Amino acid sequence: MSALPGIASIAAMALYAAFFLHAESQAQVLGLVALAVVGVPVLARVGWIARTATSLEAHPLAARSASVAALAATIALFHDQHFVMLMLASVALYSVACLGLTLQFGYAGVVNFAGAAFLGVGGYTSAVLGPHVPHALVLLIGGLLAALVGSILILPILRTRGHYAALITVAFGILFRSFVEVNDALGGPQGLQVKGMNLFGWELNSPLRDLSFYANYVFVGLALAAAAFVLVRRLERSWVGLNLDAVRLDETAAAVFGIDVARWKILAFTCGNFFTGIAGAAYAMMTGFVAPNSFTFGDSLILVSIVLLGGLGSAWGVPLAAGIVLIVPEKLQALQEYRFLLYAMLVIVILLARPQGLIARPAREYFPK
Amino acid sequence: MSEALLCCSGLSVRFGGLVALDALDLEVGSGAILGLIGPNGSGKTTLFNVITGVYRAAGGRAQFSGQDLAGMTPQRIYAAGVTRTFQRSRLALPLSVFDNVMIGNHRRLHHGLWFNLFRRSELRREFESNLAKARALVATFSARLAGRMFDAAGAFSMIDRRRIEICRALVSEPRLLLLDEPSAGMTHEETRELMDDLLAVRSRLPGLSIVIIEHEMNVIERVCERCAVLNYGRKIAEGSYAQVAADRQVQIAYLGTE
Repeated sequence: MSALPGIASIAAMALYAAFFLHAESQAQVLGLVALAVVGVPVLARVGWIARTATSLEAHPLAARSASVAALAATIALFHDQHFVMLMLASVALYSVACLGLTLQFGYAGVVNFAGAAFLGVGGYTSAVLGPHVPHALVLLIGGLLAALVGSILILPILRTRGHYAALITVAFGILFRSFVEVNDALGGPQGLQVKGMNLFGWELNSPLRDLSFYANYVFVGLALAAAAFVLVRRLERSWVGLNLDAVRLDETAAAVFGIDVARWKILAFTCGNFFTGIAGAAYAMMTGFVAPNSFTFGDSLILVSIVLLGGLGSAWGVPLAAGIVLIVPEKLQALQEYRFLLYAMLVIVILLARPQGLIARPAREYFPK
Repeated sequence: MSEALLCCSGLSVRFGGLVALDALDLEVGSGAILGLIGPNGSGKTTLFNVITGVYRAAGGRAQFSGQDLAGMTPQRIYAAGVTRTFQRSRLALPLSVFDNVMIGNHRRLHHGLWFNLFRRSELRREFESNLAKARALVATFSARLAGRMFDAAGAFSMIDRRRIEICRALVSEPRLLLLDEPSAGMTHEETRELMDDLLAVRSRLPGLSIVIIEHEMNVIERVCERCAVLNYGRKIAEGSYAQVAADRQVQIAYLGTE
């Protein structure tokens, strides 16, 4: 199997993404959405997608190089456009948060409908500590605080299962939003301003040459996403990943074979919130403000839908789904409120056609060639 | 008689008003194979659930090689050397054969986060030695299965799934193996094959004690030296298969009076 089909597909996807990001008129955007809705099933039918997958699996180095090249080309092409750079950085940071959720309910089966609250913990950490503490440390503290706040939830989550555990996280998400809304020290309903990121003297809000300043956040976002990706993948390809799967699939059977169910749920929940907190801290520095309205139940659902759309437990599915979920509604601005209708229909159609998600999680290979 | 490996005395389990096990006395010696029979609802699986720590006893004692099992978590009971299979196979169907067997090998693996994330070359050695071990174990049951270690368990037939389950229970080299109706859902031919496998395991591991719940009487007759009969949570007979089969009370329990 040659690397050619894989590289060709990555190039085609990058080209499609470029057209999509560049499209100005609604007719163009809708045309491109329609092209994908019709084209992808056709490609799957003729076996092209399966060929792409086997080709990429057989040539991981080529796959990685092509992905990096495609990403670099996209950044170069749109380097001075604020909107596109903001979108790319958002996709990268949401990927970090959703990789955290993947640990939680993709692997350990611990549902979390309060993702936005943990983003919020990170965001408010940035707002409060930003002016006083070095920002690399702020990111870390944002993650740690999210993990710490999450530990409040661990006891009720361990004592409940399924819908009940889900409901507890829903309630916590609402609780968090109300808490920041009535808390004047945290700016109340208006929220707080957040200083732009400064990493070791590098001021991210001042642009490099003719790049959009958001490009700086794209670089930082990609670095964080790459680190989160590697960690999640390594975790999955280890005995820890096996334990998490065993806990998700059958708690009783896991316990009978010595697996400490509570320990692994706590680990997954805490690590997942840590990732989400870091993402929230970085995101707030990029957008320059935090407010309760950015951390609603609806925002938590967006995180969950990214994980489900990408494919539960699928690390590659996360950035792809984040791209679709974040960018498509933005490009449909002119349809105003109808854009959510169209976007929701798109998600439903995708999940009907592919209930296992866009990129189904492959079987665990501990040490792939 | 040598010291019993598993010793239950006066063991009782209640679910609300229902008495699932009623002052049960039972001993399993080292290296013995005990058949456990009885009509549906007579408390056989409940006994397994108490021994493995899934249920808690309401009264009486269960001792495993001198340790009191009451108050021990399922995890500690596993670490002490008790493993089991389930009546309705509880494999992790989306996971591979290897993954399923490794779930049973929990106490032999390193689970530290740092080790698993950053000491990948050591993890790799551990992975490779365990893969060889799992493959060899599975191969004693089926060479074909051993050639498909990374296929999902859900892709296999009932008998292969049962084999995977038994390998999951055996891989950690337990001292007591509890088999909950291994022939459930299988044809006569498959059952016979599986029993051949079990007898082969038995001859390789003479120290292993086995308790086997079965409805197929020819399985019990062929595999077990001794068997106990439960009815409504009580032991109504114990002895060799021939003795038990001739017992009047057992005939009543199975066939009704008349």
